Amino acid sequence: MKFKALTAAAALLAVSGTAFAGGPDDDTLVLNGEIEMVTKTAAPEHMENIDEIISGWHFRTDETQALQMDDFENQGMIFVDQAMEVWNTAEGSEGKSCADCHGDPADSMAGVAASYPKFDADAGEMQTVQMQVNDCREENMGAEPWKYDSGTAVNMDALIASHSRGMPVNVAIDGDAAPYWEKGKEIYYTRYGILELSCASCHEQNYGNYIRADHLSQGQINGFPTYRLKNAKLNGSHSRFKGCIRDTRAETFSAGSDEFIALELYVKSRGNGLSIEGPSVRN
Amino acid sequence: MDFTRRETLAMGAGAALLTVLPFRANAAVDDLINEFTGGAAVGDAGVDLTAPEIAENGNTVPIDVSAEGATAIMVLAAGNPTPPVATFNFGPLAASQAASTRIRLAGTQDVIAIAKLADGSYARTSKTVKVTIGGCGG
Amino acid sequence: MAKGVKPRVKVPKKAAVGDAITIKTLISHKMESGQRKDGDGNVIPRSIINRFTCDFNGQNVIDVTLEPAISTNPYFEFEAQFPEAGEYKFTWYDDDGDVYEEAKQVAVG
Repeated sequence: MKFKALTAAAALLAVSGTAFAGGPDDDTLVLNGEIEMVTKTAAPEHMENIDEIISGWHFRTDETQALQMDDFENQGMIFVDQAMEVWNTAEGSEGKSCADCHGDPADSMAGVAASYPKFDADAGEMQTVQMQVNDCREENMGAEPWKYDSGTAVNMDALIASHSRGMPVNVAIDGDAAPYWEKGKEIYYTRYGILELSCASCHEQNYGNYIRADHLSQGQINGFPTYRLKNAKLNGSHSRFKGCIRDTRAETFSAGSDEFIALELYVKSRGNGLSIEGPSVRN
Repeated sequence: MDFTRRETLAMGAGAALLTVLPFRANAAVDDLINEFTGGAAVGDAGVDLTAPEIAENGNTVPIDVSAEGATAIMVLAAGNPTPPVATFNFGPLAASQAASTRIRLAGTQDVIAIAKLADGSYARTSKTVKVTIGGCGG
Repeated sequence: MAKGVKPRVKVPKKAAVGDAITIKTLISHKMESGQRKDGDGNVIPRSIINRFTCDFNGQNVIDVTLEPAISTNPYFEFEAQFPEAGEYKFTWYDDDGDVYEEAKQVAVG
């Protein structure tokens, strides 16, 4: 006797389908009872296929959502605290700490995460927050750069993001940024892997639907770095891109690669107008 | 993909194993409950357990337990490799006999709370939590 | 001492005598369950916080036994009586014998 796996899969789908409702929810994200976040807003003009942009927060269960609403509950803040210790620690041949030049990050870093990645005219390249931090470490501190998306680097990224929470994402996509943005857009719509999936296949055409048991979001990165319940640590956007492309069964790009820098700019620009949430909490 | 007869038989054996396993797990849970109650009868009123119907990830599942006047509440996860989760002992300065924490669940299963109430009797409640396994490994 | 362990506690600075105050505690700790294996297939030994207590001026509020099924970075929320001005003392006990302590003064107000 033989039967088709497809039939079994269809039967499973019929059972699980009833357990889940689709789409984003209508809850409101207020941080620490103080900062009301913009988690849904009109899509920026450059987006052709989506009218409303929605934070990934709306695609999570009430329990996961609650973890992000209070800094004491948000375990991502543990890593922000660890980064604060690094911020205040002198390193490298110059014997300087971040604090020596930048003081309190609550003042000096406010708004930074909202505008990055950003074209750096002096360096002649598109820079992410992590690249900017490493430039500072090498040039001003005489310290070793951190490996892209390594724990220390992502924690610092989150510390910097945390001081822009509530500010709208506003990355520039014109001028010198344009070629990077175009490259990122091309990657976004390219189908990768044996499964032949592009970013758009899941996050533009199917957000709100389920892929197996995963509730697909729009793939916004306004909440990065994000604390994932899955691995109980902060995760950078490049690592998330890598995971997604790997799931299409493709050879993936590396964290910190030109491809992912371009993709970060493009995906971030799809969230222009949403509040910065990093460190957010996701599943 | 087609299943051969041999594979189908293997799946059947797997399914049979699955139906046997809960009895083993329940035995361990019963032993733990007996140890906690000293073998006393367990009622079903007086203890509350709040847990999500669906947990997005088994690593961090928020739960609340409460039992007015209780001296202790034991929490078990019947489907975990080792069922004990935590025991809350309430002291004289507890303002309520209630607590919240976050627990690990190895899969969809029953979470059980047993309280030792003020009069020395015991009460039990349980909630089934579905733990989803995502399609995207991340 | 286990790496990166840092207790944190959220308690109101002031309360009225007789109030029930809400306390939240979180301690950064891996809570290695003893169920996981490393890349070579060897079991990673269990290393958890196995007990947490909260006392006020020497009297117990709550005493929790933790098992490996408590999540990474153990979190507890509970209510304590506030009979007088004084100090809430929090203690976490690690499998490796270490003890982590934190204390918070609460004033009448």
